[in-house]
Amino acid sequence: MSEPLLDVKRVTKRFGGFTALDEVSVAIRPGERFGLVGPNGSGKTTLINCISGVLGLDKGTISFLGTDISALPTYMRTRRGIARSFQIPRPFRTMTVIENLMVALEFTAGHGHRETERQQEAIALIEQMGLGAKASRPSSELSQVELRKMELARAMAARPKLLISDEAMAGLSSAEIDEVLDLLIKLNQDGIAIIMIEHIMQAVMRFSERVMCLDAGRIIAAGTPAEVMADQRVQEAYLGASPQG
Amino acid sequence: MQQAERGWIFWTAAALFVGAAAFATLAIKNEYPFFAGYLILQFMVLATAWNILGGYAGYVNFGTSAFFGLGVYTAVFLFKATGAPLLVQIAAAAAVGALLGFLVGLLTLRMRGIFFSIATIALTIIIETFIINWKFVGGATGMPMIRPPATAPFDSYIKMLFVNGAVMVVIAVALARFIQGSWIGRGLRALRDDELAAACSGVPTLKLKLLACVISGALMCAAGAPNAMYLSFADPASAFNLNYSVSALAMSLIGGTSHWIGPVLGALLLGSTQQLLTVTISSEVNVLVLGLMLILFVVGAPEGLLGLFRRMRARFSGDAGGRA
Repeated sequence: MSEPLLDVKRVTKRFGGFTALDEVSVAIRPGERFGLVGPNGSGKTTLINCISGVLGLDKGTISFLGTDISALPTYMRTRRGIARSFQIPRPFRTMTVIENLMVALEFTAGHGHRETERQQEAIALIEQMGLGAKASRPSSELSQVELRKMELARAMAARPKLLISDEAMAGLSSAEIDEVLDLLIKLNQDGIAIIMIEHIMQAVMRFSERVMCLDAGRIIAAGTPAEVMADQRVQEAYLGASPQG
Repeated sequence: MQQAERGWIFWTAAALFVGAAAFATLAIKNEYPFFAGYLILQFMVLATAWNILGGYAGYVNFGTSAFFGLGVYTAVFLFKATGAPLLVQIAAAAAVGALLGFLVGLLTLRMRGIFFSIATIALTIIIETFIINWKFVGGATGMPMIRPPATAPFDSYIKMLFVNGAVMVVIAVALARFIQGSWIGRGLRALRDDELAAACSGVPTLKLKLLACVISGALMCAAGAPNAMYLSFADPASAFNLNYSVSALAMSLIGGTSHWIGPVLGALLLGSTQQLLTVTISSEVNVLVLGLMLILFVVGAPEGLLGLFRRMRARFSGDAGGRA
Protein backbone atom coordinates (compact mmCIF):
# COMPACT_ATOMS: atom_id res chain seq x y z
CA MET A 1 0.00 0.00 0.00
CA SER A 2 1.33 3.44 -0.96
CA GLU A 3 1.82 6.17 1.62
CA PRO A 4 -1.55 7.59 2.62
CA LEU A 5 -2.56 11.02 1.38
CA LEU A 6 -4.60 11.63 4.50
CA ASP A 7 -3.96 9.81 7.73
CA VAL A 8 -6.49 10.25 10.52
CA LYS A 9 -5.23 8.61 13.70
CA ARG A 10 -7.39 7.94 16.75
CA VAL A 11 -9.27 11.21 16.46
CA THR A 12 -11.62 12.04 19.30
CA LYS A 13 -13.95 15.04 19.36
CA ARG A 14 -16.25 15.89 22.23
CA PHE A 15 -18.91 18.57 22.55
CA GLY A 16 -19.28 18.96 26.33
CA GLY A 17 -20.25 15.52 27.59
CA PHE A 18 -21.18 14.24 24.15
CA THR A 19 -18.54 12.28 22.24
CA ALA A 20 -19.09 12.97 18.55
CA LEU A 21 -16.01 11.04 17.38
CA ASP A 22 -14.42 8.29 19.40
CA GLU A 23 -10.90 7.19 18.41
CA VAL A 24 -11.63 7.26 14.70
CA SER A 25 -8.75 6.20 12.44
CA VAL A 26 -8.79 6.12 8.67
CA ALA A 27 -6.23 6.48 5.89
CA ILE A 28 -7.05 7.73 2.39
CA ARG A 29 -4.77 6.85 -0.53
CA PRO A 30 -3.92 9.34 -3.27
CA GLY A 31 -6.59 9.27 -5.97
CA GLU A 32 -8.93 7.09 -3.91
CA ARG A 33 -12.74 7.27 -4.07
CA PHE A 34 -13.86 6.90 -0.49
CA GLY A 35 -17.42 6.79 0.74
CA LEU A 36 -18.34 7.88 4.26
CA VAL A 37 -21.77 6.77 5.41
CA GLY A 38 -23.71 6.56 8.63
CA PRO A 39 -27.07 7.57 10.06
CA ASN A 40 -27.83 11.17 11.01
CA GLY A 41 -25.75 12.30 13.96
CA SER A 42 -23.17 9.55 13.50
CA GLY A 43 -20.27 12.03 13.25
CA LYS A 44 -19.65 12.20 9.49
CA THR A 45 -19.72 15.98 9.22
CA THR A 46 -17.82 16.32 12.51
CA LEU A 47 -15.07 14.14 11.04
CA ILE A 48 -14.74 16.26 7.92
CA ASN A 49 -14.92 19.44 10.01
CA CYS A 50 -11.95 18.04 11.94
CA ILE A 51 -10.13 17.14 8.72
CA SER A 52 -10.72 20.58 7.17
CA GLY A 53 -9.77 22.37 10.39
CA VAL A 54 -13.17 23.90 11.17
CA LEU A 55 -13.12 22.02 14.48
CA GLY A 56 -10.11 21.33 16.69
CA LEU A 57 -9.32 17.84 17.97
CA ASP A 58 -9.56 16.66 21.55
CA LYS A 59 -7.29 13.70 20.88
CA GLY A 60 -5.46 12.11 17.98
CA THR A 61 -3.67 13.49 14.92
CA ILE A 62 -4.42 14.21 11.29
CA SER A 63 -1.57 14.03 8.77
CA PHE A 64 -1.67 15.11 5.17
CA LEU A 65 1.10 14.09 2.77
CA GLY A 66 3.11 12.86 5.72
CA THR A 67 2.92 16.11 7.71
CA ASP A 68 0.91 16.59 10.88
CA ILE A 69 -1.70 19.25 10.09
CA SER A 70 -3.73 18.91 13.32
CA ALA A 71 -2.81 22.41 14.50
CA LEU A 72 -3.09 24.20 11.14
CA PRO A 73 -5.94 26.66 10.56
CA THR A 74 -8.53 25.88 7.90
CA TYR A 75 -7.14 28.17 5.22
CA MET A 76 -3.68 26.59 5.49
CA ARG A 77 -5.16 23.13 5.04
CA THR A 78 -7.02 24.34 1.96
CA ARG A 79 -3.78 25.73 0.57
CA ARG A 80 -2.06 22.41 1.18
CA GLY A 81 -4.68 20.63 -0.87
CA ILE A 82 -7.76 19.78 1.20
CA ALA A 83 -10.89 21.30 -0.32
CA ARG A 84 -14.51 20.73 0.58
CA SER A 85 -18.07 21.46 -0.30
CA PHE A 86 -20.84 21.96 2.26
CA GLN A 87 -23.97 20.07 3.19
CA ILE A 88 -25.98 23.28 2.75
CA PRO A 89 -24.36 25.30 -0.05
CA ARG A 90 -22.44 28.31 1.21
CA PRO A 91 -21.88 30.59 -1.78
CA PHE A 92 -20.48 34.11 -1.51
CA ARG A 93 -23.92 35.56 -2.14
CA THR A 94 -22.97 39.07 -3.18
CA MET A 95 -20.60 37.74 -5.82
CA THR A 96 -21.09 36.32 -9.28
CA VAL A 97 -20.25 32.70 -10.03
CA ILE A 98 -16.89 33.62 -11.52
CA GLU A 99 -16.06 35.89 -8.56
CA ASN A 100 -16.77 33.00 -6.19
CA LEU A 101 -14.11 30.97 -7.96
CA MET A 102 -11.73 33.92 -8.22
CA VAL A 103 -11.63 34.14 -4.42
CA ALA A 104 -10.53 30.55 -4.10
CA LEU A 105 -8.04 30.92 -6.95
CA GLU A 106 -6.54 34.12 -5.59
CA PHE A 107 -6.01 32.73 -2.11
CA THR A 108 -4.73 29.31 -3.12
CA ALA A 109 -3.40 27.88 -6.37
CA GLY A 110 -3.71 31.06 -8.43
CA HIS A 111 -1.85 33.23 -5.93
CA GLY A 112 0.76 35.24 -7.77
CA HIS A 113 -0.91 34.67 -11.14
CA ARG A 114 -2.16 37.63 -13.11
CA GLU A 115 -5.87 38.44 -12.86
CA THR A 116 -6.49 37.58 -16.51
CA GLU A 117 -4.86 34.19 -15.98
CA ARG A 118 -7.02 33.57 -12.93
CA GLN A 119 -10.09 34.58 -14.90
CA GLN A 120 -9.25 32.07 -17.61
CA GLU A 121 -8.69 29.36 -15.02
CA ALA A 122 -12.02 30.18 -13.38
CA ILE A 123 -13.88 30.12 -16.69
CA ALA A 124 -12.31 26.77 -17.61
CA LEU A 125 -13.48 25.30 -14.29
CA ILE A 126 -16.95 26.79 -14.61
CA GLU A 127 -17.28 25.29 -18.07
CA GLN A 128 -15.98 21.95 -16.87
CA MET A 129 -18.84 21.94 -14.35
CA GLY A 130 -21.36 22.87 -17.02
CA LEU A 131 -22.07 26.33 -15.62
CA GLY A 132 -20.61 28.30 -18.53
CA ALA A 133 -23.84 30.18 -19.21
CA LYS A 134 -24.08 31.33 -15.59
CA ALA A 135 -20.52 32.56 -15.11
CA SER A 136 -21.47 36.23 -14.80
CA ARG A 137 -24.72 35.70 -12.89
CA PRO A 138 -24.95 36.49 -9.18
CA SER A 139 -24.60 33.27 -7.20
CA SER A 140 -27.83 34.14 -5.37
CA GLU A 141 -29.72 33.40 -8.60
CA LEU A 142 -28.50 29.81 -8.95
CA SER A 143 -30.70 26.74 -8.52
CA GLN A 144 -29.83 24.02 -5.98
CA VAL A 145 -28.00 21.83 -8.48
CA GLU A 146 -26.15 24.83 -9.90
CA LEU A 147 -25.10 25.87 -6.40
CA ARG A 148 -23.78 22.36 -5.76
CA LYS A 149 -21.81 22.49 -8.99
CA MET A 150 -20.49 25.94 -8.20
CA GLU A 151 -19.33 24.72 -4.80
CA LEU A 152 -17.49 21.85 -6.43
CA ALA A 153 -15.96 24.25 -8.94
CA ARG A 154 -14.90 26.60 -6.14
CA ALA A 155 -13.37 23.71 -4.24
CA MET A 156 -11.57 22.65 -7.41
CA ALA A 157 -10.19 26.15 -7.87
CA ALA A 158 -7.91 25.44 -4.90
CA ARG A 159 -6.33 22.65 -7.02
CA PRO A 160 -6.91 20.12 -4.23
CA LYS A 161 -5.36 16.72 -3.84
CA LEU A 162 -8.28 15.72 -1.66
CA LEU A 163 -11.84 16.85 -2.22
CA ILE A 164 -14.42 16.29 0.49
CA SER A 165 -17.94 16.33 -0.85
CA ASP A 166 -20.40 16.71 2.00
CA GLU A 167 -23.78 15.52 0.77
CA ALA A 168 -23.42 17.27 -2.56
CA MET A 169 -26.47 15.41 -3.80
CA ALA A 170 -28.92 16.17 -1.01
CA GLY A 171 -32.19 17.51 -2.36
CA LEU A 172 -31.40 16.80 -6.01
CA SER A 173 -33.49 14.83 -8.51
CA SER A 174 -32.16 11.51 -9.75
CA ALA A 175 -31.06 13.03 -13.08
CA GLU A 176 -29.23 15.77 -11.17
CA ILE A 177 -27.63 13.18 -8.87
CA ASP A 178 -26.24 11.40 -11.93
CA GLU A 179 -24.91 14.71 -13.24
CA VAL A 180 -23.05 15.51 -10.01
CA LEU A 181 -21.84 11.94 -9.70
CA ASP A 182 -20.42 12.03 -13.22
CA LEU A 183 -18.65 15.27 -12.35
CA LEU A 184 -17.09 13.74 -9.24
CA ILE A 185 -15.95 10.69 -11.19
CA LYS A 186 -14.41 12.95 -13.83
CA LEU A 187 -12.56 14.92 -11.14
CA ASN A 188 -11.31 11.68 -9.63
CA GLN A 189 -10.01 10.59 -13.01
CA ASP A 190 -7.82 13.68 -12.94
CA GLY A 191 -6.10 12.17 -9.89
CA ILE A 192 -7.98 13.84 -7.04
CA ALA A 193 -8.86 11.69 -4.05
CA ILE A 194 -12.48 12.19 -3.05
CA ILE A 195 -14.25 11.55 0.21
CA MET A 196 -17.95 11.41 -0.47
CA ILE A 197 -20.39 11.76 2.38
CA GLU A 198 -23.79 10.75 1.24
CA HIS A 199 -27.12 9.39 2.36
CA ILE A 200 -28.05 8.27 -1.13
CA MET A 201 -26.79 4.72 -1.04
CA GLN A 202 -26.93 4.06 -4.79
CA ALA A 203 -24.62 7.00 -5.34
CA VAL A 204 -22.16 5.83 -2.67
CA MET A 205 -22.20 2.26 -3.98
CA ARG A 206 -21.64 3.36 -7.55
CA PHE A 207 -18.94 5.85 -6.67
CA SER A 208 -16.80 4.42 -3.90
CA GLU A 209 -13.90 2.01 -4.01
CA ARG A 210 -13.97 1.78 -0.25
CA VAL A 211 -16.67 2.69 2.25
CA MET A 212 -16.57 3.40 5.96
CA CYS A 213 -19.66 3.48 8.14
CA LEU A 214 -19.83 5.55 11.32
CA ASP A 215 -22.38 5.17 14.06
CA ALA A 216 -22.43 7.25 17.25
CA GLY A 217 -18.91 8.47 16.53
CA ARG A 218 -17.38 5.03 16.03
CA ILE A 219 -16.38 3.08 12.95
CA ILE A 220 -18.72 0.12 12.74
CA ALA A 221 -17.64 -1.18 9.34
CA ALA A 222 -15.10 -0.52 6.62
CA GLY A 223 -14.33 -2.24 3.35
CA THR A 224 -15.68 -2.53 -0.18
CA PRO A 225 -19.19 -1.09 -0.69
CA ALA A 226 -20.66 -4.60 -0.93
CA GLU A 227 -18.95 -5.72 2.29
CA VAL A 228 -20.12 -2.68 4.22
CA MET A 229 -23.69 -2.94 2.95
CA ALA A 230 -23.79 -6.61 3.91
CA ASP A 231 -22.52 -5.88 7.41
CA GLN A 232 -25.18 -6.58 9.97
CA ARG A 233 -24.21 -3.67 12.22
CA VAL A 234 -24.56 -1.30 9.29
CA GLN A 235 -28.00 -2.60 8.52
CA GLU A 236 -28.96 -2.29 12.16
CA ALA A 237 -27.63 1.25 12.34
CA TYR A 238 -29.65 2.25 9.30
CA LEU A 239 -32.79 0.24 9.80
CA GLY A 240 -32.79 0.12 13.55
CA ALA A 241 -33.24 -3.68 13.67
CA SER A 242 -31.79 -6.92 12.32
CA PRO A 243 -33.01 -7.71 8.81
CA GLN A 244 -35.36 -10.66 8.60
CA GLY A 245 -33.66 -13.64 7.02
CA MET B 1 -4.94 50.01 -18.49
CA GLN B 2 -8.44 50.84 -17.35
CA GLN B 3 -7.33 50.48 -13.75
CA ALA B 4 -4.33 52.75 -14.33
CA GLU B 5 -6.64 55.31 -15.92
CA ARG B 6 -8.98 55.19 -12.94
CA GLY B 7 -6.02 55.60 -10.61
CA TRP B 8 -4.91 58.66 -12.51
CA ILE B 9 -8.40 60.19 -12.27
CA PHE B 10 -8.55 59.44 -8.55
CA TRP B 11 -5.22 61.03 -7.73
CA THR B 12 -5.97 64.09 -9.89
CA ALA B 13 -9.30 64.52 -8.10
CA ALA B 14 -7.56 64.08 -4.74
CA ALA B 15 -4.94 66.70 -5.60
CA LEU B 16 -7.66 69.09 -6.79
CA PHE B 17 -9.61 68.48 -3.58
CA VAL B 18 -6.67 69.31 -1.32
CA GLY B 19 -5.66 72.18 -3.59
CA ALA B 20 -9.18 73.64 -3.47
CA ALA B 21 -9.24 73.30 0.33
CA ALA B 22 -5.89 75.11 0.60
CA PHE B 23 -6.95 77.80 -1.87
CA ALA B 24 -10.20 78.37 0.04
CA THR B 25 -8.25 79.06 3.25
CA LEU B 26 -6.37 81.81 1.44
CA ALA B 27 -9.38 83.24 -0.39
CA ILE B 28 -11.97 83.22 2.41
CA LYS B 29 -11.41 85.39 5.47
CA ASN B 30 -14.30 84.16 7.59
CA GLU B 31 -13.31 81.20 9.80
CA TYR B 32 -16.78 79.72 10.22
CA PRO B 33 -16.97 77.78 6.90
CA PHE B 34 -13.74 76.03 7.87
CA PHE B 35 -14.98 75.40 11.38
CA ALA B 36 -18.10 73.71 9.97
CA GLY B 37 -16.27 72.10 7.04
CA TYR B 38 -13.69 70.51 9.32
CA LEU B 39 -16.42 68.50 11.05
CA ILE B 40 -17.63 67.13 7.72
CA LEU B 41 -14.06 66.15 6.79
CA GLN B 42 -13.59 64.53 10.20
CA PHE B 43 -16.74 62.47 9.68
CA MET B 44 -15.57 61.49 6.19
CA VAL B 45 -12.44 59.98 7.76
CA LEU B 46 -14.44 58.31 10.55
CA ALA B 47 -17.08 56.86 8.20
CA THR B 48 -14.43 55.65 5.75
CA ALA B 49 -12.50 54.03 8.60
CA TRP B 50 -15.67 52.43 9.97
CA ASN B 51 -16.52 51.04 6.57
CA ILE B 52 -13.22 49.14 6.25
CA LEU B 53 -14.26 46.81 9.05
CA GLY B 54 -18.03 47.36 9.16
CA GLY B 55 -18.74 47.52 5.45
CA TYR B 56 -16.06 45.43 3.75
CA ALA B 57 -15.83 42.74 6.45
CA GLY B 58 -19.37 43.06 7.84
CA TYR B 59 -18.24 43.45 11.45
CA VAL B 60 -20.44 46.18 12.92
CA ASN B 61 -18.24 48.21 15.19
CA PHE B 62 -19.90 50.41 17.82
CA GLY B 63 -16.54 51.37 19.24
CA THR B 64 -15.75 54.29 16.92
CA SER B 65 -16.03 56.67 19.85
CA ALA B 66 -13.49 54.60 21.82
CA PHE B 67 -10.91 54.95 19.06
CA PHE B 68 -11.82 58.58 18.41
CA GLY B 69 -11.63 59.49 22.09
CA LEU B 70 -8.32 57.69 22.49
CA GLY B 71 -7.03 59.72 19.55
CA VAL B 72 -8.14 62.92 21.29
CA TYR B 73 -6.38 61.94 24.49
CA THR B 74 -3.22 60.69 22.79
CA ALA B 75 -2.91 64.20 21.37
CA VAL B 76 -3.79 65.82 24.70
CA PHE B 77 -1.21 63.74 26.53
CA LEU B 78 1.53 64.37 23.98
CA PHE B 79 0.79 68.08 23.85
CA LYS B 80 0.80 68.45 27.60
CA ALA B 81 3.83 66.23 28.19
CA THR B 82 6.06 67.27 25.31
CA GLY B 83 4.36 70.08 23.41
CA ALA B 84 4.46 67.88 20.30
CA PRO B 85 3.23 69.52 17.08
CA LEU B 86 -0.04 68.54 15.41
CA LEU B 87 1.45 66.15 12.87
CA VAL B 88 3.31 64.24 15.57
CA GLN B 89 0.09 64.05 17.61
CA ILE B 90 -1.77 62.62 14.62
CA ALA B 91 0.97 60.11 13.77
CA ALA B 92 1.18 58.96 17.40
CA ALA B 93 -2.61 58.65 17.58
CA ALA B 94 -2.59 56.53 14.41
CA ALA B 95 0.03 54.23 15.98
CA VAL B 96 -1.95 53.96 19.23
CA GLY B 97 -5.13 53.31 17.24
CA ALA B 98 -3.43 50.58 15.22
CA LEU B 99 -2.21 48.93 18.42
CA LEU B 100 -5.64 49.16 20.05
CA GLY B 101 -7.20 47.82 16.84
CA PHE B 102 -4.85 44.86 16.95
CA LEU B 103 -5.52 44.09 20.62
CA VAL B 104 -9.27 44.55 20.33
CA GLY B 105 -9.25 42.46 17.17
CA LEU B 106 -7.40 39.63 18.87
CA LEU B 107 -9.86 39.65 21.75
CA THR B 108 -13.11 40.18 19.88
CA LEU B 109 -12.88 39.14 16.25
CA ARG B 110 -13.65 35.53 17.07
CA MET B 111 -17.09 36.74 18.12
CA ARG B 112 -19.62 37.31 15.43
CA GLY B 113 -22.66 39.50 14.82
CA ILE B 114 -24.20 41.22 17.79
CA PHE B 115 -21.62 39.79 20.23
CA PHE B 116 -18.81 41.61 18.47
CA SER B 117 -20.84 44.83 18.44
CA ILE B 118 -21.56 44.62 22.17
CA ALA B 119 -17.88 44.01 22.91
CA THR B 120 -16.98 47.18 21.00
CA ILE B 121 -19.49 49.22 23.03
CA ALA B 122 -17.86 47.90 26.19
CA LEU B 123 -14.52 49.10 24.86
CA THR B 124 -15.72 52.71 24.85
CA ILE B 125 -16.87 52.46 28.45
CA ILE B 126 -13.58 50.88 29.58
CA ILE B 127 -11.32 53.46 27.95
CA GLU B 128 -13.52 56.39 28.96
CA THR B 129 -13.50 55.21 32.58
CA PHE B 130 -9.73 55.01 32.45
CA ILE B 131 -9.43 58.56 31.09
CA ILE B 132 -11.95 59.92 33.64
CA ASN B 133 -9.64 58.68 36.36
CA TRP B 134 -6.44 59.98 34.79
CA LYS B 135 -5.74 63.36 36.40
CA PHE B 136 -2.78 64.21 34.16
CA VAL B 137 -5.10 64.73 31.17
CA GLY B 138 -7.76 66.54 33.18
CA GLY B 139 -9.88 63.65 34.49
CA ALA B 140 -13.66 63.98 34.36
CA THR B 141 -13.66 67.77 34.20
CA GLY B 142 -11.48 67.84 31.11
CA MET B 143 -8.81 70.35 30.29
CA PRO B 144 -8.53 73.47 28.18
CA MET B 145 -6.11 73.39 25.27
CA ILE B 146 -4.33 76.53 24.24
CA ARG B 147 -3.75 76.46 20.50
CA PRO B 148 -0.20 77.29 19.45
CA PRO B 149 0.15 79.81 16.63
CA ALA B 150 -0.71 78.43 13.18
CA THR B 151 2.16 77.38 10.96
CA ALA B 152 2.75 79.49 7.84
CA PRO B 153 1.18 79.90 5.29
CA PHE B 154 -1.97 79.59 7.41
CA ASP B 155 -3.25 82.64 9.24
CA SER B 156 -5.48 80.68 11.60
CA TYR B 157 -5.29 77.34 13.37
CA ILE B 158 -8.80 76.35 12.24
CA LYS B 159 -7.86 76.86 8.60
CA MET B 160 -4.77 74.75 9.13
CA LEU B 161 -6.90 72.02 10.69
CA PHE B 162 -9.26 72.22 7.73
CA VAL B 163 -6.50 71.59 5.18
CA ASN B 164 -5.06 68.93 7.44
CA GLY B 165 -8.53 67.33 7.51
CA ALA B 166 -8.68 67.37 3.72
CA VAL B 167 -5.32 65.56 3.54
CA MET B 168 -6.53 63.01 6.08
CA VAL B 169 -9.64 62.39 3.99
CA VAL B 170 -7.45 61.70 0.98
CA ILE B 171 -5.25 59.32 2.96
CA ALA B 172 -8.25 57.47 4.43
CA VAL B 173 -10.07 57.24 1.12
CA ALA B 174 -6.91 56.16 -0.74
CA LEU B 175 -6.40 53.39 1.81
CA ALA B 176 -10.03 52.28 1.58
CA ARG B 177 -9.86 52.37 -2.21
CA PHE B 178 -6.65 50.35 -2.23
CA ILE B 179 -8.14 47.76 0.14
CA GLN B 180 -11.34 47.50 -1.87
CA GLY B 181 -9.50 46.81 -5.10
CA SER B 182 -6.90 44.46 -3.66
CA TRP B 183 -6.82 40.86 -2.47
CA ILE B 184 -7.47 42.20 1.04
CA GLY B 185 -10.81 43.65 -0.04
CA ARG B 186 -11.79 40.55 -1.97
CA GLY B 187 -10.92 38.38 1.02
CA LEU B 188 -12.91 40.63 3.37
CA ARG B 189 -15.88 40.55 1.04
CA ALA B 190 -15.73 36.77 0.91
CA LEU B 191 -15.62 36.45 4.70
CA ARG B 192 -18.46 38.96 5.03
CA ASP B 193 -20.59 36.74 2.79
CA ASP B 194 -19.59 33.50 4.51
CA GLU B 195 -16.69 33.19 6.89
CA LEU B 196 -16.50 29.41 6.89
CA ALA B 197 -16.68 29.14 3.12
CA ALA B 198 -14.00 31.83 2.87
CA ALA B 199 -11.64 29.94 5.19
CA CYS B 200 -12.28 26.76 3.19
CA SER B 201 -11.37 28.72 0.04
CA GLY B 202 -7.97 29.59 1.47
CA VAL B 203 -8.83 33.05 2.85
CA PRO B 204 -6.88 33.77 6.07
CA THR B 205 -9.99 35.15 7.74
CA LEU B 206 -8.60 36.07 11.15
CA LYS B 207 -5.51 37.77 9.69
CA LEU B 208 -7.59 39.83 7.27
CA LYS B 209 -10.04 40.87 9.97
CA LEU B 210 -7.14 41.87 12.20
CA LEU B 211 -5.62 43.90 9.38
CA ALA B 212 -8.95 45.64 8.77
CA CYS B 213 -9.28 46.33 12.50
CA VAL B 214 -5.76 47.77 12.68
CA ILE B 215 -6.20 50.08 9.67
CA SER B 216 -9.68 51.14 10.73
CA GLY B 217 -8.51 51.78 14.31
CA ALA B 218 -5.49 53.79 13.17
CA LEU B 219 -7.64 56.04 10.99
CA MET B 220 -10.29 56.56 13.68
CA CYS B 221 -7.69 57.47 16.28
CA ALA B 222 -5.90 59.77 13.85
CA ALA B 223 -9.23 61.49 13.12
CA GLY B 224 -9.64 62.18 16.82
CA ALA B 225 -6.17 63.64 17.38
CA PRO B 226 -6.83 67.22 16.11
CA ASN B 227 -10.19 67.41 17.89
CA ALA B 228 -8.89 68.82 21.18
CA MET B 229 -7.19 71.69 19.37
CA TYR B 230 -10.26 72.17 17.21
CA LEU B 231 -12.49 72.64 20.28
CA SER B 232 -9.71 74.18 22.44
CA PHE B 233 -10.91 71.78 25.08
CA ALA B 234 -10.92 68.07 25.80
CA ASP B 235 -13.26 66.23 28.13
CA PRO B 236 -14.13 62.53 28.27
CA ALA B 237 -17.89 63.02 27.83
CA SER B 238 -17.47 64.69 24.44
CA ALA B 239 -14.38 62.79 23.29
CA PHE B 240 -16.03 59.42 23.87
CA ASN B 241 -19.51 60.54 22.86
CA LEU B 242 -21.54 57.65 21.45
CA ASN B 243 -22.64 60.06 18.74
CA TYR B 244 -19.35 59.40 16.90
CA SER B 245 -20.10 55.67 16.77
CA VAL B 246 -23.64 56.18 15.60
CA SER B 247 -22.71 58.85 13.04
CA ALA B 248 -19.87 56.85 11.47
CA LEU B 249 -22.15 53.84 11.17
CA ALA B 250 -25.12 55.85 9.87
CA MET B 251 -23.04 57.74 7.33
CA SER B 252 -21.58 54.52 5.92
CA LEU B 253 -24.97 52.83 5.75
CA ILE B 254 -26.65 55.87 4.23
CA GLY B 255 -23.90 56.34 1.65
CA GLY B 256 -23.54 52.63 0.90
CA THR B 257 -21.00 50.20 2.29
CA SER B 258 -20.00 48.36 -0.87
CA HIS B 259 -17.76 51.08 -2.31
CA TRP B 260 -15.25 53.52 -0.82
CA ILE B 261 -17.24 56.48 -2.14
CA GLY B 262 -20.31 55.46 -0.07
CA PRO B 263 -19.10 56.66 3.35
CA VAL B 264 -17.74 59.85 1.75
CA LEU B 265 -21.15 60.64 0.23
CA GLY B 266 -22.91 59.67 3.46
CA ALA B 267 -20.66 61.93 5.53
CA LEU B 268 -21.11 64.76 3.05
CA LEU B 269 -24.89 64.45 3.04
CA LEU B 270 -25.40 63.84 6.74
CA GLY B 271 -22.57 66.09 7.91
CA SER B 272 -23.73 69.09 5.91
CA THR B 273 -27.37 68.52 6.86
CA GLN B 274 -26.34 68.44 10.52
CA GLN B 275 -24.29 71.61 10.18
CA LEU B 276 -27.16 73.34 8.45
CA LEU B 277 -29.60 72.29 11.16
CA THR B 278 -27.22 73.35 13.92
CA VAL B 279 -27.12 76.86 12.49
CA THR B 280 -30.76 77.18 11.51
CA ILE B 281 -32.64 75.24 14.20
CA SER B 282 -30.65 73.63 17.01
CA SER B 283 -27.89 71.11 17.57
CA GLU B 284 -30.32 68.75 19.32
CA VAL B 285 -32.31 68.34 16.11
CA ASN B 286 -29.16 66.78 14.61
CA VAL B 287 -29.61 63.55 16.46
CA LEU B 288 -33.28 63.38 15.51
CA VAL B 289 -32.45 63.92 11.85
CA LEU B 290 -29.71 61.32 12.01
CA GLY B 291 -32.16 58.78 13.40
CA LEU B 292 -34.88 59.66 10.92
CA MET B 293 -32.54 59.48 7.94
CA LEU B 294 -31.18 56.15 9.12
CA ILE B 295 -34.71 54.72 9.38
CA LEU B 296 -35.60 56.18 5.99
CA PHE B 297 -32.59 54.63 4.31
CA VAL B 298 -32.76 51.27 6.06
CA VAL B 299 -36.38 50.91 4.96
CA GLY B 300 -36.29 52.64 1.57
CA ALA B 301 -32.73 52.13 0.36
CA PRO B 302 -30.95 49.42 2.35
CA GLU B 303 -27.94 49.64 0.07
CA GLY B 304 -27.63 53.36 0.67
CA LEU B 305 -27.19 56.14 -1.85
CA LEU B 306 -24.99 53.87 -3.97
CA GLY B 307 -27.77 51.28 -4.18
CA LEU B 308 -30.24 54.04 -5.13
CA PHE B 309 -27.94 55.30 -7.90
CA ARG B 310 -27.46 51.76 -9.19
CA ARG B 311 -31.18 51.11 -9.21
CA MET B 312 -31.86 54.38 -11.00
CA ARG B 313 -29.19 53.67 -13.58
CA ALA B 314 -30.57 50.18 -14.15
CA ARG B 315 -34.06 51.62 -14.58
CA PHE B 316 -32.89 54.26 -17.04
CA SER B 317 -30.81 51.85 -19.07
CA GLY B 318 -33.78 49.44 -18.96
CA ASP B 319 -36.09 52.18 -20.27
CA ALA B 320 -33.61 53.10 -22.96
CA GLY B 321 -33.38 49.45 -23.96
CA GLY B 322 -37.17 49.20 -23.98
CA ARG B 323 -37.51 52.21 -26.27
CA ALA B 324 -34.81 50.96 -28.59
